[in-house]
Parts: sequence; structure tokens; C-alpha cells
Amino acid sequence: MSVELDVFVGNTTIMDKEVYQLWLNGYTVNDAVKVRIEGGVMEECEASAEVLLSDTMDQYRTFQMCERLLHHPAKLANQLLFQIPPDRQAMLIERYYAFDDSFVREVLGKKLSKGTKKDLDDVSIKTGITLKSCRRQFDNFKRVFKVVEELKGPLVENIRQHFLLPDQLARDYAAIVFFANHRFETGKKKLQYLTFQDFAFCAGQLINNWTVGAVGKTNNMMEDMDVDLDKEFLQDLKDLKILITDKDLLDQHKNLVCTALRGKTNVFNEMEANFKNLSRGLVNIAAKLINAKDVRDFFIDLVEKFIEPCRSDKLTSIDVNLYLTHYTNSAHILDTFKHHAVWTRYMGVIKSCILRMYHD
Amino acid sequence: MPGRLKAKIVAGRHLPVMDRASDLTDAFVEVKFGNTTFKTDVYPKSLNPQWNSEWFKFEVDDEDLQDEPLQITVLDHDTYSANDAIGKVYIDIDPLLCSEAATVISGWLPIYDTIHGIRGEINVLVKVDLFNDLNRFRQSSCGVKFFCTTSIPRCYRAIMVHGFVEELVVNEDPEYQWIDRIRTPRASNEARQRLIFLMSGELQRKIGLKVLEMGGNAVVGYLQCFDLEGESGLVVRAIGTACTLEKMSTFPATATHPNNSSPSKDMKDSPQAAPSTLGCRSTHSSPVHSASSRLSQGFSISVPTLLFSGMKPRHRSSEAPRARQCRPGFGEEAPGVPLSSGPPTPLRAQTFSSFSPSKSYSRQSSSSDTELSLTPKTGMGSGGSAGKEAGPLKALLKQQTQSALEQREYPFFTLTIFPPGFLLHVGGVVSARSVKLLDRIHNPDEPETRDAWWEEIRQEIKSHAKALGCHAVVGYSESTSICEEVCILSASGTAAILSSRFMQDGPLDTEHRLSQQPLCVFSAGSERVEGDMGSSASLGFEEVVSPGCGFCHIPYDELNIPFPAQLTYCYCCRRYKVPDVLFTTIDLPTEANVTGKGCLIQARLCRTKKKAQGEGNAMAISNLLPFLEYELHTQLMNKLKLRGMNALFGLRIQISVGETMLLGLASATGVYLTALPSPGGIQIAGKTPSDITYEQHISNMQKKINDTITKNKEQYEINPPEVVEEIIGSPIPEPRQRSRLFRSHSESSDEVSEIDLSHGKKDAFVLEIDDTDAVEDIHALLTDSPTPAGFYSCNTEIMPGIQNWTSAIQMFTSVRVFRLNANLTNQGLNKIFSDLCENLLKSLYFKLRSMVPCCLCHLNFTVAIPEDELIQVAVTAVAMSFDKEQTLENGKRSGEKTLIKAITENDEQLQFNLELNAETSSPNPLGSPKGLSEVGSHPSARAPSVDYSSFADRCSSWIEQLKLKAHTIRRGSVKTTSSMEKASPLPEGRSRSLRSNRSYSGSSVAVVKMTPLSFIPGAKIIKYLGIINMFFIRETSSLREEGGVSGFLHTFIAEVFAMVRAHVAALGGNAVVSYSMKECVFMENPNKNQAQCLINVSGDAVIFVRESELELTSVQPQSATTQTSNGGEGT
Repeated sequence: MSVELDVFVGNTTIMDKEVYQLWLNGYTVNDAVKVRIEGGVMEECEASAEVLLSDTMDQYRTFQMCERLLHHPAKLANQLLFQIPPDRQAMLIERYYAFDDSFVREVLGKKLSKGTKKDLDDVSIKTGITLKSCRRQFDNFKRVFKVVEELKGPLVENIRQHFLLPDQLARDYAAIVFFANHRFETGKKKLQYLTFQDFAFCAGQLINNWTVGAVGKTNNMMEDMDVDLDKEFLQDLKDLKILITDKDLLDQHKNLVCTALRGKTNVFNEMEANFKNLSRGLVNIAAKLINAKDVRDFFIDLVEKFIEPCRSDKLTSIDVNLYLTHYTNSAHILDTFKHHAVWTRYMGVIKSCILRMYHD
Repeated sequence: MPGRLKAKIVAGRHLPVMDRASDLTDAFVEVKFGNTTFKTDVYPKSLNPQWNSEWFKFEVDDEDLQDEPLQITVLDHDTYSANDAIGKVYIDIDPLLCSEAATVISGWLPIYDTIHGIRGEINVLVKVDLFNDLNRFRQSSCGVKFFCTTSIPRCYRAIMVHGFVEELVVNEDPEYQWIDRIRTPRASNEARQRLIFLMSGELQRKIGLKVLEMGGNAVVGYLQCFDLEGESGLVVRAIGTACTLEKMSTFPATATHPNNSSPSKDMKDSPQAAPSTLGCRSTHSSPVHSASSRLSQGFSISVPTLLFSGMKPRHRSSEAPRARQCRPGFGEEAPGVPLSSGPPTPLRAQTFSSFSPSKSYSRQSSSSDTELSLTPKTGMGSGGSAGKEAGPLKALLKQQTQSALEQREYPFFTLTIFPPGFLLHVGGVVSARSVKLLDRIHNPDEPETRDAWWEEIRQEIKSHAKALGCHAVVGYSESTSICEEVCILSASGTAAILSSRFMQDGPLDTEHRLSQQPLCVFSAGSERVEGDMGSSASLGFEEVVSPGCGFCHIPYDELNIPFPAQLTYCYCCRRYKVPDVLFTTIDLPTEANVTGKGCLIQARLCRTKKKAQGEGNAMAISNLLPFLEYELHTQLMNKLKLRGMNALFGLRIQISVGETMLLGLASATGVYLTALPSPGGIQIAGKTPSDITYEQHISNMQKKINDTITKNKEQYEINPPEVVEEIIGSPIPEPRQRSRLFRSHSESSDEVSEIDLSHGKKDAFVLEIDDTDAVEDIHALLTDSPTPAGFYSCNTEIMPGIQNWTSAIQMFTSVRVFRLNANLTNQGLNKIFSDLCENLLKSLYFKLRSMVPCCLCHLNFTVAIPEDELIQVAVTAVAMSFDKEQTLENGKRSGEKTLIKAITENDEQLQFNLELNAETSSPNPLGSPKGLSEVGSHPSARAPSVDYSSFADRCSSWIEQLKLKAHTIRRGSVKTTSSMEKASPLPEGRSRSLRSNRSYSGSSVAVVKMTPLSFIPGAKIIKYLGIINMFFIRETSSLREEGGVSGFLHTFIAEVFAMVRAHVAALGGNAVVSYSMKECVFMENPNKNQAQCLINVSGDAVIFVRESELELTSVQPQSATTQTSNGGEGT
């Protein structure tokens, strides 16, 4: 004796947010029922476990049928199979594309390839997120990446339009795509302390200031690309080397910065002692960015060449801010230094990235 | 050549990938109508082709227009091999043939394939130019409107209700043709789909012809079903009620119209007088009535049973004695049948004359009555389905002469809701069943045999109604259940006495009317007006017979009552007799006085039977049927009492036959009618009083039952006003009858006298536990779990006691199939079946918990036995939430406000004559509307309505204009989206992959509401666009891959919904009302990984406007009403 078939179809598709989340989290039907029973929905609605099981199966089936559409969220709005109110559609999409920070931290900057997908079971064990959910998140990344990769125009905007995502989520995806595209190294031990949001912030800075699209925003809309760094700019960055190769300029720069800082901080001595070292670090990073391989190490370089020395000198983030402000501004006063625009464009991003990354 | 059909293929979207190499499709379209086919160009390499074809024109007879669907096939062009079909769209042209319905079909329609389901969508435009055909021998019936709604549609008024129409067509089932062995499943499914489309079209056309014969212009309560008889054929049959309808303005402006239009002449013979005459007539109690089973030609065994109230459970000890007792019981009552026509007293004649102006009716009917007592003749031929027509002329002439007869033969109405005053008295449920053998049909391809079968049953129904002293049957429906070669035909309805006119109180009574006469459902396309029942209850009923109780007064002769029942004087008016319990198949009349709320009551029963073949099988089934019905009835009665209620509405008994069992499911909505006496409690009596533990057990159960009754009364708010005086003992047979009854009880059980009968005010309902069966019964009674807090349920259109609906509605279909173990006992089966239904209900409550407080309305259960050990239960209903906070007072006030408006409208809009005399209609077969109304209505009554109609004309033309504007705006928006799509390739350079997602630009899908009810809460239906009647087959040979049986059916039902919505939207509508899933045949073969399902759905496509928006537009007619109502308001 058994129920052979059990379906419920509403003219307006009924979807329970809670069950949807359980489904997204990769729970099996039975686990989901357990969670729901513990949640106390049974007492609330005078339901039995049987009813709950039937409801959960039904919802799961509905979600599975919808999943195909969720892969192309734009289709959800003009498909005819399910009648779903717009606010519900938005909820479905947003939650489907939502991801766990702990998961994304594991794959950030990795190539979104089959190989990486194969390693997801390790990620699953490490993060405690079900493999099913990991796969969904990974596939989302990959899908967004594939669509946006070939598109022109502003990255965030493209993502938002094609996947109908809310602004913040679209920005996060932009960061993921950007990281995947440049294969930034994020997995090193030294970078473990950084959260996804730290990286997402930095990615936003890079996208907004260093990409082709960043300069092209005003003039050539057809050509701008947000995904790739501005090659011309990277080329120009090499010119900054003068700041460390020219001995006079380096000393001059140091004096200017020290004058400005004197008396404003407790760690002035350390700053003064380390100036050349830090400056060399930052300018070298700039000069190397033209090589794709070095771009990958951008964040590790920042940490090794700047953040770690500062931290060992026990600079507070206020100190770092002060230092970087004066370091940037003083360069403009140097009479033989001509590359003001490039310097501003470079240091603006570096400064905000370092400040964001400067924490425990 | 009276019609030109034009079709244009605009575009496609979301097409499937047909070419694996390129991941694209080279699509083109074939447009076929009749034998003509057009093709579009191939649109290469796209999943979103833009054909933008020319107009394909088909010049066809209007007969074909009615019969044939437009068939659109989307194909993938293949240079080297045969073109692959992507899928098809069938478009029913019928809505375009009626001037008042839709004018164009335009929109995205799903492309459907019977193997793959929906595969993308196609945008089409379809129009029809129709030329008037005045040929009197034409075979088409264009322009006759069809409505599934079982009441007068909301924006029409009935000028005349002509009566019953039926038709039946037969064809060979393509699945059983020899060619089926060699063709693909797809081809076979498509042949079947197409055939049913064709047959439905033909059926509708033929019914339309009959309607035109009768002088009508519409069919209301159109019920079409198909029977898959297997080898012997495929039958499509339909019944309906022919009417003459007139469209009316929906605007409140009419409220200013003078309402003193009722001429005093009408007063004299106003229907109010009728009840009093009826009252003088000796009164009787509820109907029990049945004819003994008989064998007629071949192996047809008809086992008609009449449902009855007031029936006492007889002594039961085991099957056999009960059978014996039952049998004589029925036999005893049988003589009552002819008796009822026996005394043709003047009184009786009077009743009839009030029913129909022509005396001929009563004469004719009594003559047909005598016929009844004989075995129905086969080949009575009348109502002959025209499938046999030799020549059009001959058939027509035959029809002409017969149509008159027919009307008198079957005074049946498929309506379930009536204008106030139309329904005078309700007798009770009448039903008839008959078991037939399909392999005994002599000429399976012809409809005669089936016609004769149905005729037999209808005659029986009619005779039952007669026995109840009623001249009409309302809420009439027919159904079948087929298993192999055995077919059970069933018909049921409610015997009733109808009035030819409406209540028309004099001007003096205005106040009364305001509060008493609730707004009729039919009025002015306005929503049901709520909140009146309470107020009418509070008013006295000293002077006139209130419409709130009149229908309960017994219509039959008290002296000739053929069954035991208890009569009392009406608890409302105290003048006329009422039965103690009332069962009906109709909806609760809006004017009825009801105490508290109602609830769904179900009786469920399983009976095993031996596997047998042919005649033996038919015999076994027909022997089982009376018991099945009897027990269902007992169960219903017990459950009704348990809820402290005294009447059932919307009763629907479904009996399903399988190889090894019979399944019975009776659903109804129980209510407490204020006019009827309070039901007594339920008493349990043990058979063997010696055992003390047994006694204890019984008293425990008794306590439980009493507690349940109290709890139920609380839940359903049943607190009837205390009756001061004792029931005025009816002088005539009642006391005797009662005592006799009691005696019969005490014979079987000695302690009856000791039972405490004080629970109710009067005699209690006694249940004896003397066998396991009865224990089961009581268990079943108590295991029905109560509806959870915040939920109500009913299977009727409205729930008494709930008025303030919000606009949130959710229609749903749920299907369950249960596999049984072999070798179950009857009790075991019963329990499983009952649990299955209960669990299904519980699941529904849980699913819909977010809508609380809410009521599940029109809960329509269908059971089937698809295979030997499977039980299938399908339920379609609508959940509607209501506002709990809003006080009744509020609702009443607003109700009254609208009431005033509507009553003024009512006065003239709802006048119609019930046309039963053939003479009026037969001379004018063409029935031009003008001539018709002259014949049909009283000149006196017409005068004011002429006035009105000119006013209405102006009004409606203004609305028409408004709608047109809204229409063009809506169309415009469609156009802009399509042009946007066309334009989008221009900035192609911008992106490559934008192309694939282009179609999302701007166009989003319009919300289409669906409901099994005839109305949408908080909204006005402003236009009926035509009937939706669709039939789909889906088959798979990769069942597991599609998510098993559940996944398969889930997808299919969702697809069916989607296709219904798309077709409604293409007609320009935003809702389907009176939606029903009439058939869901599911077959599986898990071993072969295969499954097949057939679904048939129907409903009325409408445009509705939110009440709030309507008010806005009446102030500012410029604003585009339709658009807002189309887009907004998603549930």
C-alpha cells in the first residue's frame, strides 16, 4: 500500500521560501522534512509528517522544474509554464544566485573549469556546504562568467540585466568574474585572513579604475570592456619606476613625506626607516603588472611587500592611511616627476585596497 | 462560402534546439484548416524566428468553421531528411464566430508536442470575416453562445429559458484502429486529439442548431464529456440549458432607472401566490423513491435510486438480511410512482399552470408519465442525436417536429443557481443509474444505442421527479464510468418546482424587498452581493412567504408521500410543511436563510466484487449499486447530523467501477437551513445489553459523538434561535408514520425505549452497533478530522456566512494515485479510501496555509480506478481568502448599498419566461430575436424594458467604445513589443549573446486567473469571450527521466494550465471562470518506463475589471481599464 503519485499544481505556483532555501542548500527531501519538523511548522498548522513529506516532495519537484528557467532568469519573466508573481520571481532568482562566502573564498580566482568542479567534494568537506549546493554555486559562477565574458559594456550592468540580480549581488558576481578572468591568487596562506567581501571591494576598485571600461566610460561605449585591465595603463605604470630608480627623486619623495608626517604619528621613526622599502614595493608591483603572471600575484604582493612590513611595525590603519595619503600627494610635488595621471590612477586603487585589506 | 478565416504567423520564441550541430533550429510553420495548408518560409538558424508571414486566407463554410480547429504545426527544415515536427497548436475558432465574444486571437501560444510537452511558443494572429447566412436549411449555428457557467452569466440577462438540450456523437477511437499498430505513438495521439477537437466542434454546432430551433441564442451550463469506450468507440456527449440571453450594461448608471416598472397585473399571479396554493395542497416530507431494478434490452440493468432524506437506518445484522429488507423497502415505495400522477386535482393543474402558461404542458407531462411506468421504449428517437441524419433537410424537419416534444419530455435544467423567485420548491435529489455492456452495441459507429440508453435514464429521472410532485429537474448532470466492457451511466438532479416569473412585490413592499431579496447572482454582471441573509432572518415573515424559506417547503403531496419522512411546519414562516432534511444537487440559493456556516461533507465507500465477464459482471454490479447508494446515503446522513446540520447542497455522487471493486464518493456542502427543524443527535444503541464493558464502550462512543456535535456546532457557528413551542404536530399522517417507524426499530432492538432521546429536541437518529459494519461506520464518523482553524470548505459556489472575500484566489488541481494490496476486506478498503481523501484534504490545508483565513470553494473530487489495484483521486478547487476582521455589519451595509442599485436593475433585467410550451417556438425555427421576444414575453412587461434597452444601448455603446480603446491600447502594447523585437537586431553590434535573450525585452506574461466558480471576488466580469474546451494527450517513454509518474503528471498539468492561460490571453481575456478538469485519465507502465495521460478541461474565458477600477473608469472613461486589469493584480 503506497502513494504512487502525488501532485499539486496551482494556477499561481506556490513556493515556500523555507523549503526553497532547504532545496538550495542541497538537503535531501528526508533531511528537509526533518528540518521542517524541528522548525515546528507541524504544530503551527496541525499537520502530520506525511503531509509534510508530500508537501516537501511537491515543492522540490516544482523547484527542479523551475531550475532550467533559473539558468536564464530573463526567461522566467516570459515563460508560460508557471504563473509566478514578479516579486516571487525576484526572490527565486536572488536566492538561486546567492552564494556562501566560505564557498566562494575557496574558488575565488580559480579557473572555472571542469577540473575545479571535480575538486568540489573537497571544498564541500572543508566548508561543510553540501556538494549539491557547491555545484549549484559553482555552475552559477561559470554561467555568469560565460555570458558576460563575451559581452561588451559595463560588467556589473551586464550581469544585472542578464541575470536580473539586485545591485549588490551583481557587484559580487562582477568581482567573481573579474577574479576568475585574471586568476588572481587568493588561496595562499598569507591571504587566508581576507574575506570574500575584502576581495570583492578590491575587485570593484580595479574594475572601476584600471579596466578599459573605466576610461572608456565617457567616450567609446562600444569598445569598453570591464573585464580586462587597461593595457595602455599597465604599460604606463612602468614609467613609475623612476620613483625608485632615480636616487634623487626617491630621497626627495622621502623627505617630503617625512616632513608631512613628522609629529603626526607615534610610529614616525618606523615609517621613516621603512620608507624606501615600502615605496620600492609599491612601485615594483606597478611596474610588474604588465605581465599577466604578476597580475595574479597582485594581492599576495600587496600583503608581502606592504601590509606585512607595516603590520610588523605595528602601524594602525590610521597610520597607514596617513602614510599613503602623503605618499601619494607628495609625488605630485616632485618637480621631475611627470606621470601624475598614472600615479593618481594607480595609487587611488592601491590605497583603498590596502586600507580595506589592512585588518587581522 | 460564408466565412473567411485569416491567420498570420508572426514569430516564435524559446524553440527547442533541433540541430545538434549548430545548436539552432531552421523553423517554418504549416497552417492547416480543413484540407487547405499554407506554409511560411524557413527562418534559418534561430531559436526565436521572426516569420512575420502574410495573411493566410481560408475560404470555408461556417459549418467547417464550427467543426474544425485551426491547426498550426511548427517544423524544423531538414535538407536531407524528412522535416522534424517541433509541435502543434490547435486553435478553436468558435469564440470568433460570435459577435459578442472575442474579435481576434492574438498572442503567444505554447507549441505542444504529445511526447515532449511544451516546446517554445508561437505568436499568431487569427481573424474571421463572417457573412450572414440566411439559408434556413443551414447546418451551422454560428453565433450561439456557449457558457460552462451553471447560472445566467454575469453580464447577461435571461429573457427566456428554453430548456434542456443534449447531443451525442460517436466515432471510432483512433487508438483502436488497425493503423495504430504501425504508426508512432505521436501520430496516434495527434489523431486522437484532432478527432476530439473535431467531434467537440461538431457537437457544439449541433447543439447550437437545436438551440436555434428552440428560438434561443445561448447554452448555459454546457457540460461536455467524452467516454473512451475502447473497442466500441469514442463518444463525445454534451448537455446544457438553452436560453435567450441579452447583454446588458454593467454600469451603475442604471441604478437611476425607475424601478416601479412591475405592472400591477403581474402582482396577481406573481409567484408569491403560487406557494400558498401549493401550501393548501397536502404536504409531504422528503423524498425516498426508487424503482426496482429491471432488465431491459440486451443487458442493461438500470438501478435507479432516489436519494432521500428522513430515511431511517434499518436493522442491520449482515449483508443478506439487509438486502432483503432493503429490497421490499424499495418495492414498497415503488407504487408511489404512478400514484403521483394519479390525482390530477385542480390544485395540481394550478401548480403547473403557474409553471407554464400553457395547459398543454400538464397534459403532455401526465401522458409521458404513464409512459414511464412502462418500460421505456427503445428507439423513442426523440432527442435523437443527429449523427444519423440522412439528409440535412430531413434531419432538420425531424428536429423541428421533435424539438417541441423534447422540451416537454425533459424539463431538465443544468443550472445550479437561479434568479430569485425562479426556484419555488425543492423536492429532493433524484438519480438514476444503469449498467450497460458496451460489446452489445449493435452498431457501434452510430449514436442510436447510446441515445436510447440516455433516454431511458432521463425518463426515469423524470418519473422520479414526478413522484416527488415536481415538474422539473434542476442541477441536472450526467456521467459515466467505464471498465472494460461494462459502463455505468448515471444521471442526477434535484426535483423542483419552478416559477415562470419572478417575485415582484408591490411598491408597498419596497423596504421588505430591500432587505429580504438578496441580490440575485444573475444581476448586472455584478458580483455576488453578500451580507443579506442575516438581515432577512431578523425580519419577520408574517406576511409573505419569504424567499428565504419558500424553496424548502415540500412540493409533493403529503398524502401520497411514498417514503417515510417527518414533516414539520417551516421554522421561518410557520405556515408550510418542510422536511426534516433536504438533499439537493443545486447551489445554495442566495436568498436562503442559513444559520452559521457550511462545510464539505463526504461519504466514501469501497466495495469489492468478484472478477467477472459480460452479463455476469453487469449483474453483479447492478446488484451492488443499490447497497452502495444506500450506504453512501446513510454515511452522508450521519455526517450531516454529526455536524448539527440539516441540508446538503451540491450533492454529487460518483460511482466508479473497476475490475474487482466499486468505488463510491458522495460530496456535498452541509448547511443549517433556518427553515428546517434542528437535527436530532445521534444515538448509539448496542445489540447485546448484557455485557457491561460493551455498555461502557458504547457510552464512551456516545460521549465522543455528543462532544463532536457540540464542537462542530461551535465551529460552524450553528446557534439556531430557540424554538418556543413544540412542533405543531401535523394532523395528518405524520404521528402515525413516526410511531410506525419507531416500532420498526424497537422490533429489532428492545432498548430503544430506554435510549435517552433528550439530546435533540426531538427524536434522535439511532445508530445500532450490532455488527462490525456499524462499528466501522461510527469509527468513520469520528475519524473525519476537523478542518484546521482558519479554513472552511465547500463544494458549492459560495460559502454561507462568509462574505468579505479578498481578491486573493488560488485555483489548484491535485491528483493522487494509491496502490492497494491485494486481498483487502471491504472495511480495509473503506478505511484506505477514506484516509486517502482525508489526507488529500489535509495536504491541501497545509499547502494553502498562507491564505488563512480562507475557504476552499467548489472542491470537486473525482475518483477513478485506472487499474486493478489503483485508486485515483483528483481534486480541483479554488482557495479564496476572506477578511476576518471586517465585521458583518460592514459587509451588510455595503451589500445593501449595492442592493439598492441592483434591485432597480433586477426589476426588469431579470424578467424572462420559462418557455415550456412548444407552440411558441416551433413556428419560428429561424428565431430572429425580434420575433422571438414578441412571442415570448408579455407585452405589458415589455414596455418598460424597451425603454431601458434603448438606454442600455447608449450605455453599452459607450462601454464598447471604452473597451475598444482599452483594447487597442492593449493590442498596441503587444505590437510595440513585437516591433521592439524586430528592431533589436539593429544594435546587434552591441552584443552577440544578447540575441538569445532578446525576447525578454519588455514583454512579460499577462496574469490570467482561473477559478471553478462563476465569479471573481471583488471584480466585475465585463465580457464573455467564449468557451474554452481543450483536450490534450501526453505520453512518455522515458518516465524515470521525467521525474517518475509524479514528475510527469506535474509537468503535464502545469502545461495544461499554461495552455489554457495562453489561449485566454490570446482572446484578450484575463480570467477563466467555471473552469473544470472534466477528465484526467492516467495510465502507466513503469516496467516499460512509459506513461500516458489524457486531460480535458473547460471553462469560460472572460474579461474582468476590478471593482475599484471600474469606479474610476465610470468617472474617467478615458483611462484604459482593460490594460490595468490585464497587467495588474497577480494573486
